[in-house]
Amino acid sequence: MNISGEMTQAFIVCISAIFTNNILLSYFLGLCPFIGCSREMKASVGLGLAVIFVMTCTCVLNWLVYHLILVPYGLEFFRFIMFIIIIAAFVQFVEMAIERFSPYLYQRLGVFLPLITVNCAILGASLFMVIRDYTLIVTIGYGLGSGIGWFLAIFLMAGIRQKLSNDSIPKGLQGPGITLIIAGIMALAFIGFAGVLAGQ
Amino acid sequence: MTQLAREGLWTNNPIFVQVLGICSTLAVTNLVLNTTVMCVALIFTLSLSSATVSLLRSFTPRNIRMMVETLIIAFYVIIVDVVLKAYWPQMSENLGPYVGLIITNCIVMGRCEAYGNSNPPGAAFIDGFFNAIGYSFVLLIIATFREILGMGTFLGHAVPYFSSEYWDKWIIMVMPPGAFFMLAIVTWIFRSIQLSKQEKKK
Repeated sequence: MNISGEMTQAFIVCISAIFTNNILLSYFLGLCPFIGCSREMKASVGLGLAVIFVMTCTCVLNWLVYHLILVPYGLEFFRFIMFIIIIAAFVQFVEMAIERFSPYLYQRLGVFLPLITVNCAILGASLFMVIRDYTLIVTIGYGLGSGIGWFLAIFLMAGIRQKLSNDSIPKGLQGPGITLIIAGIMALAFIGFAGVLAGQ
Repeated sequence: MTQLAREGLWTNNPIFVQVLGICSTLAVTNLVLNTTVMCVALIFTLSLSSATVSLLRSFTPRNIRMMVETLIIAFYVIIVDVVLKAYWPQMSENLGPYVGLIITNCIVMGRCEAYGNSNPPGAAFIDGFFNAIGYSFVLLIIATFREILGMGTFLGHAVPYFSSEYWDKWIIMVMPPGAFFMLAIVTWIFRSIQLSKQEKKK
């Protein structure tokens, strides 16, 4: 495939990762921080931005490692360990870099970065990228789209939960229960986007 | 032992009390068979990695223990993945990336950190085992409802009433929103039971 064709595909994959195949609402990845950290708008924005950045970069890094190192030596089964190490190392590196160069950004994002290592969405995106045989350019689109999709979902959820905080909810349903129901309704709404990319 | 069992299965159940590790397994609860395989994989990984973490706890330096734990978990997950690929390629394809995602399943890490790290291997194994069972039974309940209501089958076999034309299949149950709703309902019911018991005690 030529470059412009790939760019188009990358764009389509990006849009579909945001809306129709949202990594959180249709693949259930990254649910733990989604339920844990969606109480405030501010925290959700910080976490969401960190996820977009880390997901895009680690997807690309993992693509390079997988196709340039693991595949030529027939070590594909080793990818779980390799990916998780790369993600952990990258997050650590970003944390140090931000702390050094931008204290402001560190204050806003710093606490969220360690959480990201154990965010299944990050590893999940890399594994999907391998399973679906994306090329490098498409992988960039996919990583970016998945990150934005996750950001969108947690941001909307934080907004809804803030509105809910004054309502009276049955005791057993408080906390995770109501969050899951809202997530279900959101997933339902996102299914409405399915027709957007008829070509897919 | 009974104490550990009760905690893992009920009072400290991973799903509706700790709300951990629901990510990677919700996606496979649309079929009971997939869920069963996934749960077996999780029971294997969780109990053994918790025991291994506990075995190595005195040799592991404090500051890199998270990394060591992740590697131990990844080791067992790779075993599961390779075995599944070799003997049941179809299932391996169905589960897709979700087998690999057991690594970042918070419950595995959570138990290793909370229990395996400070207790002897035997106890850690039992704790991991019962937590995984507590986790599995909730998921199996969800999967059973989703498969019967959404497809009219159970383990692939047609269920009398639900597969006939009298039952309008709830397609939504096999789609993602169904998983969220089912989990919410299960959490709601179990939490309410627990809350009412607590109030009785008082």
